[in-house]
Amino acid sequence: MPEATTPDDGDAGDGVRLDLISGARMEGLTSMEKIRLILDSVRDGDIVVLEAGLSPEEESKLIEVTMTEISPDDFSGIEIETYPSTHQPNQGLMGRLLGKEESPNKLTVIGPANQIETLHKDEDLISALVSRR
Amino acid sequence: MGLLTNLRDSITRVTDRLFAEDEPKRIGIYGPPNAGKTTLANRIARDWTGDAVGPESHIPHETRRARRKENVEIERNGKSVTIDIVDTPGVTTKVDYKEFLDHDMEKDDAVKRSREATEGVAEAMHWLREDVDGVIYVLDSTTDPFTQVNTMLIGIIESQDLPVLIFANKVDLDDSDVKRISDAFPQHETVPLSALEGDNMDEVYEKIAEYFG
Repeated sequence: MPEATTPDDGDAGDGVRLDLISGARMEGLTSMEKIRLILDSVRDGDIVVLEAGLSPEEESKLIEVTMTEISPDDFSGIEIETYPSTHQPNQGLMGRLLGKEESPNKLTVIGPANQIETLHKDEDLISALVSRR
Repeated sequence: MGLLTNLRDSITRVTDRLFAEDEPKRIGIYGPPNAGKTTLANRIARDWTGDAVGPESHIPHETRRARRKENVEIERNGKSVTIDIVDTPGVTTKVDYKEFLDHDMEKDDAVKRSREATEGVAEAMHWLREDVDGVIYVLDSTTDPFTQVNTMLIGIIESQDLPVLIFANKVDLDDSDVKRISDAFPQHETVPLSALEGDNMDEVYEKIAEYFG
């Protein structure tokens, strides 16, 4: 299973760690490997920033898997924001038949719901408040 | 997903729909918590079958398991459509049992409610990928529609090539703003309504017959 960081990254102490994951790193992973990579980091209290975002199907599975892992007093879910919009209204049947992928040109920020709060979002800015663990 | 898998899935989906023409269409009612999905499902079911779908409440996640009302036959303008209404739990990326404590609920009940809610949302997401023929997406017109969950859900629905109608609910309230919803999702038709008061239900049924018939 791929990991976002290496063991010698050191202890983040009482700070908040940010994992910036490149599109190249995500490219070779299956959908479930991507979701595992994200949720393992977020459950550790880290913020994950994906350079290439997720496809709609992967977003759907991320919500589904997140729901199965929520537990009282331990993990209450995720906050997720994407820039730009994930709207892909013009992708039709032919696109899916030909295996057309979603545009990777979106940046996605995912964090623990109890630590990250989106303060503001517009078409070119996401402003978030991240609390310490 | 590879090309062959994509091709096989797409052909399967298309042929399933072709050969299922006489079967009722499964229409999922999706949207965020407290948008009025169950109120709308009950309004439609009562108007056309005389029965309700499930209980309504102002407490988030009152609907924690999807409920189905089968063979709802809607007639409008000489056109008839038979649908199975699937009322789903409000989709969210987080469920914290502590928010239920604010509604005079004991901790055990709140934890139980949150567990049921998470199972219901997971199930609803799975069904969205596998088991619905069309979507009614219900939004509360008094709140900001431009949330990440709404954007993601609409994107997921579009990626499945499912017909979708956006309903701007709660237009009976003073701070309702339907234009904010139509501006947020301009690629889809937005229909204003009050499921609670029954306002504009004629247009709702016309659009259901038009989109899903």
